[in-house]
Amino acid sequence: MSLLKVRSLHVRYAIAGPVKAMIAGLTSRYIDAVIDVAFNVTRGSTLAIVGESGSGKTTLARAIVGLTPIAAGTIEFGGRNPFASGGGGGRAYHREVSMMFQDPVSSLSPRRTVQALITEPFIVHAMKDRDLAAEARRLLALVGLPHDFASRYPHQLSGGQARRVGVARAIALNPKLIIADEPTAGLDVSVQGEILNLLARLQGEFGLTYVIITHNLAVVRHVSDVAAIMYMGRFVEMGPTAEIFARPAHPYAAALIAAQPHPDPGKRRTEPALMGEVSSLRNRPSGCEFHPRCSKAKDVCRRDAPPPTEPGPKRMVRCHFPLVQNRA
Amino acid sequence: MTGDVLDIRGLSLRFDTQQGAVHALRNIDMTVPRGEIVGVVGESGSGKSTLALAVMRLLPGNAVIASGTIAFCGSDLLKLPEDEMRAIRGTRISMVFQDPMTSLNPVRSIGWQMADIQYRDRAASAAQKRAKSLEALQGVGIPDAASQLDRFPFQFSGGMRQRIAIAMSLLQKPELLIADEVTTALDVTLEAQILHLLRELRKNINGSILFISHNLGAIAEICDRVVVLYAGEVVESGPVGEIFNRPRHPYTKALIACDPARIETVTRELPVIAGDVPNLHRIPEACIFAPRCPVAIDRCHTERPADVMAGPSHRARCHLVAGGPA
Repeated sequence: MSLLKVRSLHVRYAIAGPVKAMIAGLTSRYIDAVIDVAFNVTRGSTLAIVGESGSGKTTLARAIVGLTPIAAGTIEFGGRNPFASGGGGGRAYHREVSMMFQDPVSSLSPRRTVQALITEPFIVHAMKDRDLAAEARRLLALVGLPHDFASRYPHQLSGGQARRVGVARAIALNPKLIIADEPTAGLDVSVQGEILNLLARLQGEFGLTYVIITHNLAVVRHVSDVAAIMYMGRFVEMGPTAEIFARPAHPYAAALIAAQPHPDPGKRRTEPALMGEVSSLRNRPSGCEFHPRCSKAKDVCRRDAPPPTEPGPKRMVRCHFPLVQNRA
Repeated sequence: MTGDVLDIRGLSLRFDTQQGAVHALRNIDMTVPRGEIVGVVGESGSGKSTLALAVMRLLPGNAVIASGTIAFCGSDLLKLPEDEMRAIRGTRISMVFQDPMTSLNPVRSIGWQMADIQYRDRAASAAQKRAKSLEALQGVGIPDAASQLDRFPFQFSGGMRQRIAIAMSLLQKPELLIADEVTTALDVTLEAQILHLLRELRKNINGSILFISHNLGAIAEICDRVVVLYAGEVVESGPVGEIFNRPRHPYTKALIACDPARIETVTRELPVIAGDVPNLHRIPEACIFAPRCPVAIDRCHTERPADVMAGPSHRARCHLVAGGPA
């Protein structure tokens, strides 16, 4: 059963006012950060959204929680539109959906203690009857930190400990859905596992649903049930994680998987999997946006944007010439 | 002259802080043979960048070198007067940093900066310097290089900026290039391109590279030899195939086992290294990794291990590794 349903979501940022756009002769005064994104997240599962810098991953996450306005499309959470007017839907939504931001050290106020930070959600949501010290102890225990951390300040925490505080804050109100933006970026590999294991344990314990945003494919393979690959604001491929890793359908997904450096000197590559760089969002390529970097591009790719097709059960790909064809 | 461009022996270094001395590097032995890429791998705080800055003699004022030598082509860099060191920096040894946006001057064009670092070449005209800059940019795969010389760093993407930084560092054909986390800020497809570029350049300039990274994948991809740093000590060093396929030190084993890219079967329970990195204010008379080591015996907690040779040019600092004395 789907907890979160997103349909044809668009997010755009204005880069110039109407007058400036006219003087500069811009064809559009917007850049489209997220285009026509649609997905479902099943209760208790993990969706990973993968993409390179500037692909729109973080914008998408912010749009889902309502931190960035949506230009078009719908979001349904538990069968309702959380932002519908009347009924104060937004506030209830923010109790049930929480966000873990990138870079926990800078997302924690340096002047507040860990206790103040992790119990802030109770104050924001006017749950003043709670015993905050007891809640802090409960949350610290859940994320595996000693209770005396309650009186520490963010600068006294290591990177891994700061992430745990970020997790404690995210689970404070017993949310149903957690959106984690790069939960392990900047962590050492020996600590990264601790945070991912903690998230997996909490998911089992509380039946949490995760949307994890990351650029680290090795992490995606281990932690997610479904993966979506984003390129220039679009989902170019989505499907069961194991399927995508075994048989990627989109040339970009295949290149991304091949570009991962392997910690094994016996598996060295001779040529980089993908040349060139992501095109500018201000100047989108015609047709399929990936065609300037795609080795398989033909005329039709330069002309027409590929519609979504199904290369297999529960899979989606936007490519004229997918690497995996539907056998049906 | 030996076959080693860089030969570090017994290097110990501390930072004097208000909270007391931090023993950041202890008894480091390592070499960079001519024409090879030597990787230094370690986690945050292991001393990787301190080691690079020590070679460049760019350490902050509170750093004290307690002992050791850093021989570059046979002469000890630590004994050189500052003006001779300045003549080596950027010419015979150059360095590329993690973030090219902060290492490039934001208010000068690329061409201006590339001509500027050729200031020692007094005989060359401005046009000659520009031609040399152009050639360097073409060498790192910058498209349409001639028109790019007049652009500014902010007009380039991160991957292009890193290519420019590499082109600048290679302008004077250095004998040693120090690359400090050069791919860390880049996306994976760009990282693959930069690694490929470094490997190609090495062929062309026959230079040696000290490649510092926390990314095991990148290290395995391009290095010939690997030095594993933990909390300021070289715990293991050897040829890349030995380190990744037959690691001897428990820390190296644990580190490689932790990398999710190395784990073939999908798992929700990823391996970790329990415990924390030790406090470098007080160094115990014991193995530095013992408190976190899964196989430590009593001796590990009471006696500092010596280096042993676990194979030809493969050394490890561990009581439990069998081998001859180093």
